[in-house]
Amino acid sequence: MTYTFLQEYWWFLVSLLAALFVVLMFVQGGQTLIWALGRTEPQRRMLLLATGRKWELTFTTLVTFGGAFFASFPLFYSTSFGGAYWVWMLILLCFVIQAVSYEFQLKRSNLLGTTTYRLFLMINGLLGPLLVGTAVGTFFFGANFIVDKQAIVLPGESPVISRWVHSWHGLEAVLDVRNVLLGLAVLMLSRCLAHLYFLNRIEDEEIRTRSRSMLPWEIGLFLIFFLSFAGFWLTSTGLAVASVSEAGAGVQEVPCRYLHALLDMPVVLALLLTGVILVLIGLFTPLVKPTSRCGIWSAGIGTTFTVLSLLLAAGWNGGTYYPSLADPSSSLTLANSCSSPYTLQIMSAVSLLIPFVLAYIIWAWHALEKSPIQPSEVDESH
Amino acid sequence: MEPIDTSLIDWSRAQFALTAMYHWIFVPLTLGLGLIMCIMEAIYVRTGKEFWKSTTRFWMKLFGINFAMGVATGIILEFEFGTNWSNYSWFVGDIFGAPLAVEGIVAFFLEATFIALMFFGWEKLGKKTHLLATWMTVLGATFSAWWILVANSWMQYPVGMEFNPETVRSEMVSFAAVALSPVAITKFLHTVTSSWVLGAVFVVGVSAWYLLRGRHTDFAHASIRVASIFGLCAALLTAATGHQSGVDIARHQPMKLAAAEGLHEGGTHVGLVGVGLLKPGVNWAHPAEDPFLFKVEIPCGLSLLATNTPDGYVPGIKNLLEGGYVGDDGLTALSAEQKMMLGHKAIDALRNCKRGTDGEQVEILRENFPYFGYGYLKTPEELVPPVAVTFYSFRVMVILGGYFLALFAGLLLAGKRIAMWKPGLLIILLSIPLAYAASEAGWIVAEVGRQPWTIQDLLPNCAAVSKLPVGSVKTTFWIFAVMFTTLLIAELCIMLRAISVGPEKNCAS
Repeated sequence: MTYTFLQEYWWFLVSLLAALFVVLMFVQGGQTLIWALGRTEPQRRMLLLATGRKWELTFTTLVTFGGAFFASFPLFYSTSFGGAYWVWMLILLCFVIQAVSYEFQLKRSNLLGTTTYRLFLMINGLLGPLLVGTAVGTFFFGANFIVDKQAIVLPGESPVISRWVHSWHGLEAVLDVRNVLLGLAVLMLSRCLAHLYFLNRIEDEEIRTRSRSMLPWEIGLFLIFFLSFAGFWLTSTGLAVASVSEAGAGVQEVPCRYLHALLDMPVVLALLLTGVILVLIGLFTPLVKPTSRCGIWSAGIGTTFTVLSLLLAAGWNGGTYYPSLADPSSSLTLANSCSSPYTLQIMSAVSLLIPFVLAYIIWAWHALEKSPIQPSEVDESH
Repeated sequence: MEPIDTSLIDWSRAQFALTAMYHWIFVPLTLGLGLIMCIMEAIYVRTGKEFWKSTTRFWMKLFGINFAMGVATGIILEFEFGTNWSNYSWFVGDIFGAPLAVEGIVAFFLEATFIALMFFGWEKLGKKTHLLATWMTVLGATFSAWWILVANSWMQYPVGMEFNPETVRSEMVSFAAVALSPVAITKFLHTVTSSWVLGAVFVVGVSAWYLLRGRHTDFAHASIRVASIFGLCAALLTAATGHQSGVDIARHQPMKLAAAEGLHEGGTHVGLVGVGLLKPGVNWAHPAEDPFLFKVEIPCGLSLLATNTPDGYVPGIKNLLEGGYVGDDGLTALSAEQKMMLGHKAIDALRNCKRGTDGEQVEILRENFPYFGYGYLKTPEELVPPVAVTFYSFRVMVILGGYFLALFAGLLLAGKRIAMWKPGLLIILLSIPLAYAASEAGWIVAEVGRQPWTIQDLLPNCAAVSKLPVGSVKTTFWIFAVMFTTLLIAELCIMLRAISVGPEKNCAS
């Protein structure tokens, strides 16, 4: 296995984890629908029970994504987390309040009251996907940092190798409408996926009817945001590496960078198109065939393919997956930000366990979800 | 670029300490109570008695309340390596990231997948499958602890790596050396067994409360019996691994041991301070007088602990700063100033080696790299960690460890007669906060005692921290402080309520 192969393999794995995370954010989307779909307390409990069984998978995927990114591309971890401090901290805070809210909301003597914990879930549901999408937007449209590895040996000065040059420390991403469009697209996608998940899992005709009536609006907004983002994404000028080197030199501007990347990598293009088609099939299935419960599977797989292909287009093919607006030569590429060949090899061996992990997750999912959630279950739930 | 503001380092340390300490309130109970739960459910599956099912379900309810907070506080820690210690993330990310990734893939998914089955699967799974889910959940949590402790141990004892001047970072050369380092093994065993002790103290403490109130007595006696046997074994293992941990610290982090003992000047036949009171405001690098107000020593105890021989040489803070003594390896120890000089040489060589192309400079760097971190220090005094905090924490941990051993032994001897002795039940109940104090104290010794290093000898805090506005770190510190405190209070209220409601009805005979 060559070093380049290992870098691309790990970019694939990190991108796959990110894609699965986006799919699993249907949990967040579901949290924003507690009051919209659940008009009575038993209905709200059913919605919370349905997502409550899955929030830990979303959470764990995020943690594993962080660990895998750290292990395989430590310069990204160092640069983005250490620089775009506020964006990442806000995302983390959202996930912290989510973790306790599911467990505490129905417990007696929970100090803050059921409504407060559900409000926390609503905040996580809205801000989580929005911030994650906006932060991921900077993978395509750039962030404000400078990397200088020699800074670590400058006498009498700050030895920090990665510096953020915007005083908002990551929040400035919202000033670029393209990032915000991606954030809004992810938010609406999470809500659409949540509708499909509820249609699949919940045996309550009122909820299902409401979900089906809300879905066209949600799909419409998602398509507006996603297609606007896609338009910018395909036509934006981006950075690509003319000559790969450790110093990051040789970065040049490429018009329609991501369009070129897709045309250069037909497999990724095919993945993207397949993904988009599957998402559309999944989203429109319940509208065309109201009794169908299968939309979530098609839309979930489609989302995985779509997000995966977007990220592969950023990292593969000599691209800069984290372009620097402040100093293009500081932009992060797979080559200049990855771990050593030895570490990537070891990690690749560990990654062989992933199919085994997926197998027991599928088994557990199946064991717990043999039949849809019935109204009677809300009283027996943990 | 201006130099790093020292208050940024302090606030970054404070934030990490705050989140780590909050996280550690919840983790040991997950590990300890989890295993007790597994044992109880195994008894249920074996005997088929509903009593044990209800008993398991009660403790599982408390486990769930605690678990959520552990998860919530844990995610912050992983990402804080990037957000607040960005230079660290690059300098050793090649090595340090791997255990975190393996933890995610191997342990976290195991835990997260099976915990849903454990909580929601009582009516959906067979008895044995449910038992498997419970064991898998706890095994996942324990695997998770393994990888985190591997990562932490590596910071205390960096092995299996080489510095690469071309990439300006340390790189892993042996995964086995990192994952199976003797320090990691000892640390894992000591930390996990001490968590089992905490879990056992929690169970006997809550059960003692029921006995005090005369409620659920069968349930309480049964829980005490299981937890006491488990706790006694765990306490013995904690003591044994604690001794090995002391030997490791003496060998690899002698300054931490000197701080934990308040040992200014070392020697042979050094006594172990059993109880002591330090004079306030002592300058430990150059104390003007005896730093103790009083102390009671176990003769030759420290020599025995550190070297396994009563006449072994143990260096004190002064010896470590001044050097000149002969170490275990037979070499004369360097002074702090000599180490700082070599550290400067290593840093200069890295600056001049032109990304590894100048062979002569690379050689100088390789030779002096073991002292690399000393090059960032301004004075030798920076090498002395906060002694008083380390000293008292060490005593709290050890003395309470001995107390728990006696507590479990006493409970086993007393059997059901313990229900007749009200003051004893009160003491057992009050032991719960003491278990937490011991557990946190252990981490304070481990982490405060190794200051100023993020990676022993290679990277001090000042070279590891992210360049952020101090105000931002202060703000997030207070956000976390308020949020975690509020959620902790909420958790305690829920936990107390669940305890006051008690187990299900069929827990009565």
